[in-house]
Amino acid sequence: MSPLLDIKGLSVSFRTPRGDLKALRDVALQVGRGEIVGIIGESGCGKSTLINAIIGLLPANTGAVKGHIGFDGQELVGLPINAMRKLRGERITTIFQDPMTALNPVLTIGAQMTAIQYRRRASTSEKRRRAIEFLEKVRMPDAARRLDQYPHQFSGGMRQRICIAMALLTEPDLLIADEPTTALDATLEVQVIHLLRELQRDIGCSVLFISHHLGAVAELCGRVAIMYAGEVVEQGTAGDIFRDPRHPYTRKLLECDPGRITERQEILPTIPGELPDLVHVPQGCIFRDRCPERFALCGERPPEVTVRPGHQAACHKARELVAS
Amino acid sequence: MTPLLEVSDVVIRFPIHSRIAARLTGQPSSIEAVAGVSFTLEAGSTYALVGESGSGKTTLARAITGLVPIEGGQVDFAGRTISGLSEAALRGVRREIAMIFQDPIGSLSPRLSVRAILAEPFKVHGETADLDGKIARLLDDVGLSPHFAQRYPHQLSGGQARRVSIARALALRPKLVIADEPTAGLDVSIQGEMLNLMRDLQRKFGTTFLMITHNLNVVRHVADRMAVMYLGRIVEEGLTDDIFKAPRHRYTTALLSANLKAEPEAASYVIEAEGETPSLLNRPKGCEFHPRCLFKREVCRTAMPEEQMPSADHRFACHNPA
Ligand SMILES: Nc1ncnc2c1ncn2[C@@H]1O[C@H](COP(=O)(O)OP(=O)(O)OP(=O)(O)O)[C@@H](O)[C@H]1O
Ligand SMILES: Nc1ncnc2c1ncn2[C@@H]1O[C@H](COP(=O)(O)OP(=O)(O)OP(=O)(O)O)[C@@H](O)[C@H]1O
Ligand code: SF4
Ligand SMILES: [Mg+2]
Ligand SMILES: [Mg+2]
Repeated sequence: MSPLLDIKGLSVSFRTPRGDLKALRDVALQVGRGEIVGIIGESGCGKSTLINAIIGLLPANTGAVKGHIGFDGQELVGLPINAMRKLRGERITTIFQDPMTALNPVLTIGAQMTAIQYRRRASTSEKRRRAIEFLEKVRMPDAARRLDQYPHQFSGGMRQRICIAMALLTEPDLLIADEPTTALDATLEVQVIHLLRELQRDIGCSVLFISHHLGAVAELCGRVAIMYAGEVVEQGTAGDIFRDPRHPYTRKLLECDPGRITERQEILPTIPGELPDLVHVPQGCIFRDRCPERFALCGERPPEVTVRPGHQAACHKARELVAS
Repeated sequence: MTPLLEVSDVVIRFPIHSRIAARLTGQPSSIEAVAGVSFTLEAGSTYALVGESGSGKTTLARAITGLVPIEGGQVDFAGRTISGLSEAALRGVRREIAMIFQDPIGSLSPRLSVRAILAEPFKVHGETADLDGKIARLLDDVGLSPHFAQRYPHQLSGGQARRVSIARALALRPKLVIADEPTAGLDVSIQGEMLNLMRDLQRKFGTTFLMITHNLNVVRHVADRMAVMYLGRIVEEGLTDDIFKAPRHRYTTALLSANLKAEPEAASYVIEAEGETPSLLNRPKGCEFHPRCLFKREVCRTAMPEEQMPSADHRFACHNPA
């Protein structure tokens, strides 16, 4: 069977006063049916842009969009707005990065949570009951009573849980979650992750999970893609990525994870240098300026090296960089 | 060491029902989001507030800066009581206390460019000499190139917006920075850069940080002291090293063991509540953590535990500590 989501050669640019900013370049990514795929990458590397491209919500200053986004056999690039809106309401649900902008400040959360069930033929009181049930799943205290409150009356983590509950209510085929656990304490985060996995098992949906929390990705995802400056630089199983990373960016990123450093540090490790300018994209390997491994060949664009079936890294040295 | 900030027995309530509705439903007319919290922040140190989502951390932070009124207790800053001050009297203090808000994009005005956002604090306090130079330096401090000045908030990624709000907070070199989840949404490398930047400021200018975060890995590396909150109260407080080495309160131990590691198939830990999730409206009797506690005894259901101090630097309230 073909994968549920099949992205090939996707490029997206934004028009800016300085010229076109090439936010995504030649991105390929697949999400199988019932699969949970994680995306990790530097702040500003294009994760949210990738999501917005999938669901047709790119901003007004978007320039060219090239390539293919296949969803269950249907091409999403260039899909008319109405068809896209229908797909968003019925088959693809997104938990956005910023809960405050995703919730309507002037409507109670009860109103928002019943409205989102518009496809369901049920009475309002039945829909409210289901809303309460899902709020309880995400451990909202006093769920029934709080249905009549407005978003600003909830804490940051509560708002995030409301967004998660709303997304689960729609029972989508594809759930896209853009950093859904940033405002949750560690015990809640674990619960939400188990909830996502349960949902995936119960309704068989696929999940695209974006997070900076490496531990959360390792816990939840079967496959992981690493993005850097608008490109997917490595992908493989969670085991491949966390135990045998082959792209120098992935390796540096894992070294920076404070969760892996057991002794208290005065100065935390970082990756020196900064993201390249995406208006004037440099030639050759996109990570070259910051790469500790670079050599003469890196001035040429690296090939997609298959380390083992399903594990690819876009680096000239991918075969040599074995786990130490 | 001199304390820069002293929070004494602070209580903060939010109305939830009118009086009449409260009488009809038999519920209280307000919730106590912060129920008697005290702690002291030494000048030049970093203090972390951690705890359950909804336990009152943001509310407490907002109250310290005067954005939410407090109903009991008092807040002292640099030797002066600042709780209950009028807006005008607070103005001088505002320059010295900066806040980084939890919601990065939402806390930046959508109609202002990054340049205007960063210029604002300087303008408010009449420090407009070499404004462009100052803005360029701030951007550089948080690892953004100068051309970001022309962008608007919706043209930033989540992590870039977060960095702009950090830059804004640091603009006037405040004495105290209250940072609500300052590194949420940042990748681990940029997170490291931001934390190193804060430590740098601390070394150079003696800046004091009150950091609210769910990221325990961050707490362990940067905080000198920490407090753990549950349902509006501090349940454990002390030196970070001590608490990480030997947590005593059972909520603290649960929290620390739930910290996910970047190892596939590592076991994770969940604390479930028996019955309803404990809430501010229905505060459990006895130890308020008991409905979720795996180590409760009979006494935990009936009596609220007293605060114990195993050392001058460590306190917690638990009947059956680890
Ligand atoms: N409307 C826009 N106009 C111009 N540039 C934009 C716009 N939206 C995003 N960008 C830029 O495109 C790049 C990708 O942004 P995106 O929001 O996709 O990053 P991200 O990977 O989601 O980052 P984060 O982890 O910080 O949320 C960033 O460099 C950002 O500054
Ligand atoms: N304006 C308000 N009106 C009514 N209740 C409020 C208001 N603001 C906060 N609350 C309630 O006060 C409690 C504490 O909220 P607060 O935002 O301080 O939590 P928090 O510890 O910051 O949580 P998180 O980690 O999820 O951000 C919550 O139950 C919240 O719903
Ligand atoms: S191709 Fe070269 S510069 Fe790029 S990541 Fe590999 S070694 Fe580093
Ligand atoms: Mg993003
Ligand atoms: Mg908060």
